[in-house]
Amino acid sequence: MSPFPGPVAVGDRLPTLVKPPLTRATLAYFCGASNDHNPLHIDPDAARAAGMDDVFAHGMLNMAYLGQLMTGWVPQACLRSFEVKFGAIVKLGEQLVCDGEVTDIQVQASSLRVVVRLVAANRAGEEKLVGEAVVELPLSGTLSGQ
Amino acid sequence: MTSKFVDIPIPPLVVEVEKWQLCFFAKAVGETNPIYFDEAAARAAGHPSILAPPTYAVTLSLCETDPYSRYRALGIDWCTMMHAQQRFDYFAPIHAGDCIRFQSRIVDFIQRRQGKLKFLIEETEAFNQREELTTRFRKTIVIRGTGVAE
Repeated sequence: MSPFPGPVAVGDRLPTLVKPPLTRATLAYFCGASNDHNPLHIDPDAARAAGMDDVFAHGMLNMAYLGQLMTGWVPQACLRSFEVKFGAIVKLGEQLVCDGEVTDIQVQASSLRVVVRLVAANRAGEEKLVGEAVVELPLSGTLSGQ
Repeated sequence: MTSKFVDIPIPPLVVEVEKWQLCFFAKAVGETNPIYFDEAAARAAGHPSILAPPTYAVTLSLCETDPYSRYRALGIDWCTMMHAQQRFDYFAPIHAGDCIRFQSRIVDFIQRRQGKLKFLIEETEAFNQREELTTRFRKTIVIRGTGVAE
């Protein structure tokens, strides 16, 4: 289980998660593992027929990586919501760099509601996914200055 | 404008959460936290079995022979569909051994640029074998070109 992150403050950055360059093998594994059998992600002929240069990552693979960023920071039980916009496709050989930043903290009766802005970009900094997660953390010992 | 697609009933889907597939998913995404692929580690962390990761409900919801048939029935070619947005709200965890019932509905269908771009928004609720709501998720799909006969 991920340990609690300790004191949390607006502006805090989550530890960056860097994934390996995208391979056809990863797409084949994810096709089978995720039940998303859309041929655009595994069959170059189908991808070209649809006007793409080649196969590209499943959106949900990229979102799973941002999920790993979150569950590497807090236990999954703290996660209240998680949403992304898929802005650009991730191509073969591209590497996703996943980052999060605390943008808001609300103190509630017995917990903290923490909003994290999420970005997954390639090595060149081109944003592929942006999103937001909301986590609820125990009140004691998690707010800077307390 | 109300679309003919909105509130079309989608038959419920019931899926058993399999350990092997959670392990396969963990391998595919390069997961390193063993609570997502090792039962002993999951139990040691207080879980009844392997924990399904945050996006896994969508994977379970695609666990049918032809998950795209519902869109084809609406006249949408799956090669014109792109996943535009995805949201999850979490209420209870999903573990290996659970039996999850998915209840989906199309909540909105929006056309932009004289119908050249269409957005289909589908909402799904996932209930476990105790009838607890585990997750609600909302998928926004963009449909390019003229793949839909509205």
